Amino acid sequence: MNTSMETKQIDPFLSIEREKKSASHAVTFDLDELMNCMRCGFCLPSCPTYRETGKEMFSPRGRIALMKGMATGNTSLLSDEFAQNMYMCLGCRACETACPAGVHYGRLVEGARDVIEAHKRKEAAASDQPLTLTRKERIIRDIVYKKLFLYPKRIDRMGKGLWWMQALGLQTFADRTGLMHILPKPLANMQKAVPKVASPRRRKARQPLVTSKRGVSRGRVGFFTGCVMDVLFFETNEKTARVLSKVGYDVVFVKEQACCGALHAHSGESYGAIALAKQNIEAFERANVDFIVNNAGGCGASLREYAHWLQDDPNYGERAKAFVAKVRDISEFLAPIDDLPFQGTLDATVTFQDSCHLRHGQGIYRQPRALLERIPGITLVELPHADSCCGSAGIYNITNFDRSMRILDDKMIEVKATKASYIVTANPGCLVQMRQGVVRAGLQGQVEAVHIIDLLDRVL
Amino acid sequence: MDKEVLRELRAISGAAYVLDSEMERYAYSYDSTPLYRAMPDVVIQPAEVKEIAAILKVASRHRIPIVSRGSGTNLSGGTVPLEGGIVLHMSRMHQLKEIDTDNLTATFESGLITADLHREVEAVGLFYPPDPGSLRVSTMGGNVAECAGGMRGLKYGVTKDYVMGIQAVLPDGSIVSFGGKNAKDVAGYDITRLLVGSEGTLAVITEITAKLLPLPETKRTIIAFYREMVDAAKAVSAMIAARIIPASLEFLDQKTMKVVEAYTPLGLPLDMAAMLLIQQDGPASQVEQDVERILSLCKTSGAVQVDVAKDDEEGEKLMSARRNALSALARVKPTTILEDATVPRSRLAQMVTEINRIADHYGVDICTFGHAGDGNLHPTCLTDERDTEEIERVEQAFAEIFHAAIRLGGTVTGEHGVGIAKAKYLDLKIGEAGMELMKRVKAAFDPHGIMNPGKMFAKDARRRVVIQTHEHVHGN
Ligand SMILES: Cc1cc2nc3c(=O)[nH]c(=O)nc-3n(C[C@H](O)[C@H](O)[C@H](O)COP(=O)(O)OP(=O)(O)OC[C@H]3O[C@@H](n4cnc5c(N)ncnc54)[C@H](O)[C@@H]3O)c2cc1C
Ligand code: SF4
Ligand code: SF4
Repeated sequence: MNTSMETKQIDPFLSIEREKKSASHAVTFDLDELMNCMRCGFCLPSCPTYRETGKEMFSPRGRIALMKGMATGNTSLLSDEFAQNMYMCLGCRACETACPAGVHYGRLVEGARDVIEAHKRKEAAASDQPLTLTRKERIIRDIVYKKLFLYPKRIDRMGKGLWWMQALGLQTFADRTGLMHILPKPLANMQKAVPKVASPRRRKARQPLVTSKRGVSRGRVGFFTGCVMDVLFFETNEKTARVLSKVGYDVVFVKEQACCGALHAHSGESYGAIALAKQNIEAFERANVDFIVNNAGGCGASLREYAHWLQDDPNYGERAKAFVAKVRDISEFLAPIDDLPFQGTLDATVTFQDSCHLRHGQGIYRQPRALLERIPGITLVELPHADSCCGSAGIYNITNFDRSMRILDDKMIEVKATKASYIVTANPGCLVQMRQGVVRAGLQGQVEAVHIIDLLDRVL
Repeated sequence: MDKEVLRELRAISGAAYVLDSEMERYAYSYDSTPLYRAMPDVVIQPAEVKEIAAILKVASRHRIPIVSRGSGTNLSGGTVPLEGGIVLHMSRMHQLKEIDTDNLTATFESGLITADLHREVEAVGLFYPPDPGSLRVSTMGGNVAECAGGMRGLKYGVTKDYVMGIQAVLPDGSIVSFGGKNAKDVAGYDITRLLVGSEGTLAVITEITAKLLPLPETKRTIIAFYREMVDAAKAVSAMIAARIIPASLEFLDQKTMKVVEAYTPLGLPLDMAAMLLIQQDGPASQVEQDVERILSLCKTSGAVQVDVAKDDEEGEKLMSARRNALSALARVKPTTILEDATVPRSRLAQMVTEINRIADHYGVDICTFGHAGDGNLHPTCLTDERDTEEIERVEQAFAEIFHAAIRLGGTVTGEHGVGIAKAKYLDLKIGEAGMELMKRVKAAFDPHGIMNPGKMFAKDARRRVVIQTHEHVHGN
């Protein structure tokens, strides 16, 4: 893949942005934000990659210093080594929570990745050499960012494909025959953790509007389904709508909604993220809803960034702000409701793993715990280091497989020690990762990884 | 750096721990001190004392500078490798070797994080009092090398009051140990104490034995607001005169209160000139008694409002006003320069008045907070390092503040160390003969001048060109 091919590729809603970008090469660092870092180092102990390596350049302070170096003219720092470093960062934003100066690290690392990708495109254009990505990286990136996530229909088709594969027992077949050994290891591993996908029939049968089951409607909720979430966790989405309706809300599955843009933004593909943001803003405006509720920490954090992404856009700036004001995570939405109509009990010990983008990205961590504690019969045991990343981190568990698994295995030791029978999560990425962790730690049958909604649906 | 030397170093520490790419070196070109940066030639992460000895032998032979580094949180430029050379990053040497509950001591490697030591000793009912604001990040080696203080300094003293023994490596590679678990020990010069606060200019500290205390039973927190700084200072003197020594006695001036309140609303009355935060710990009955007396002393000295926290949680919330001070200030402007002028506590009010006068005179934004009980002030300047003209005025203002501190019988640094930032003010405090003696001590340890060169002694500093022109260098 080189740039000449890339620019020829016709892209329905991205071509304009793309051209603008490549014409100016105006992708730069946000120096003002970089200057906010006072180098105090308070973020060091919270950073998984610093804790693991003990090396300053793999700390948030180190990464920011490198960005700042570049932003102020040390261009020779822009190397493959730097690029690897920026992609080695989990993007978990634990450093943001720790930072006394309020540095928006998440935005900075996204900016750095943009710079890297722009630089790669530029270099490739200048030299006509292939991009300096590894083959594996290139394939994954290409599939993920260009071929799949920009097109809701394709994600839908992927869902169907997965269902057929599972229905025909291919997964078991692949497991048994060792076909798994041929797949790249990360994908093979993930495969085991992927839940049973809903059948095309079941997916088609979805009601676009679920009305309040509690008499008068308390309001109209637009449900942001999330693209991956809606394929892999279709049932969890259905349950979320059901729970909301039992609590007294009308729930709309807003048509024409797209991926939230997180994957693009985190991977130096911000042009894609912005296009998706605009599409979502329009879709939810048309749906005329009071709230935009989601059940995926990663998506939620990204939805809340829309106002920032579009702040200079004369057309979308204000609309993005209005959109963000309506965004709620499902736990955030449910926790303040005093009269949740609990019907059943759950006599079990559970523990909760924070979603980084829920806790560090959106500051939501009390609400899911408070909700769990309200479930009749439940015992909530706090997981030590629950606020530390599980290693899933978007597609980190594919791109940085070994490091991700080291982080996960450490996490599972702590999960096991809580003696909980459920490990509760609040984000699909974390859920897949925790399932994989349960398998790796040999805890099947003892510990089940679930989404918080799975539990709430049982008792409401 | 010479290829052959690099090969030697790799043979000692293993290639994974010898870092010399541009990116790696760049990440060790700074610490928490604003404005300073210089590139090392190589960074090494040693695993044990023998490695350090071997590295120092190589460095001595080739006259390569050695800069010891804990977590790089110091505020005086102490770990900026002004003359390049080797940065020894101690992050791998963090083992807590022993907590001796009979002798009440702890022995550990110097890369141990301060908060980890706190946690471990408190788990067995013991107490290591020094608590620098950076304790979750800083290493004990860095604490010892800077003689770090903290909020409990008034009652419990600072790092030097707890260091009983040190193992260190001298520049020629010899491994030495001084002091130990003996409560009394007068065998020879007190080299242990000399190494405390030596800022990496004499030796590399590898192991420390620290004194521990029993963990205090309870603590209570009081907050008092004053319309006049002088009254707040009076309260401080009154407490000491009444023979009450609180564990912490901290203050914030009006400007700092405003910024803190904007950062985390605590309901501080912003029309006040100053607030005092007082914490007492000890046996419950004693603490109750002290709290009563402190309350009445605060009132008689003119406090407009005095409150006692109802429990630990509320106490912590109040103390957070002080703990958050620097963080909150840091959000206001791109560059935050925290200083460390200290006066005898009886001169506190005078010093604050001086600081405000000087800030006005130079038209710079300075907020002051600090350890009222120790007279240790942190005048903090909010500025923007890109504005070279303003930075010039900031420099002048601080120079005048240090002179004022000395005039009032104080010192140029209470706890942050000399490093580069205070090097040119050191002689103000200790005079020419004092400087000469210090230099001879330094030469006795470090004849080739390879240990953290350019720190402590300004005049000898052959300054390496700081690699970025826009980053302003003090003293240029
Ligand atoms: C937000 C903030 C708050 C702070 N609050 C306080 C406070 O309340 N009180 C206070 O006193 N300080 C405070 N500091 C300053 C700083 O944290 C302390 O000086 C701390 O002791 C430094 O520890 P470090 O591990 O980061 O050392 P570094 O910064 O890495 O090193 C400091 C100095 O010690 C030397 N050194 C480090 N390790 C060794 C070793 N093993 N052998 C020999 N020399 C060594 C270095 O060469 C350098 O000169 C604060 C800093 C920040 C950023
Ligand atoms: S986002 Fe996570 S991994 Fe990246 S620098 Fe911050 S704490 Fe470290
Ligand atoms: S905690 Fe914030 S200000 Fe401090 S070094 Fe990290 S990012 Fe910079």
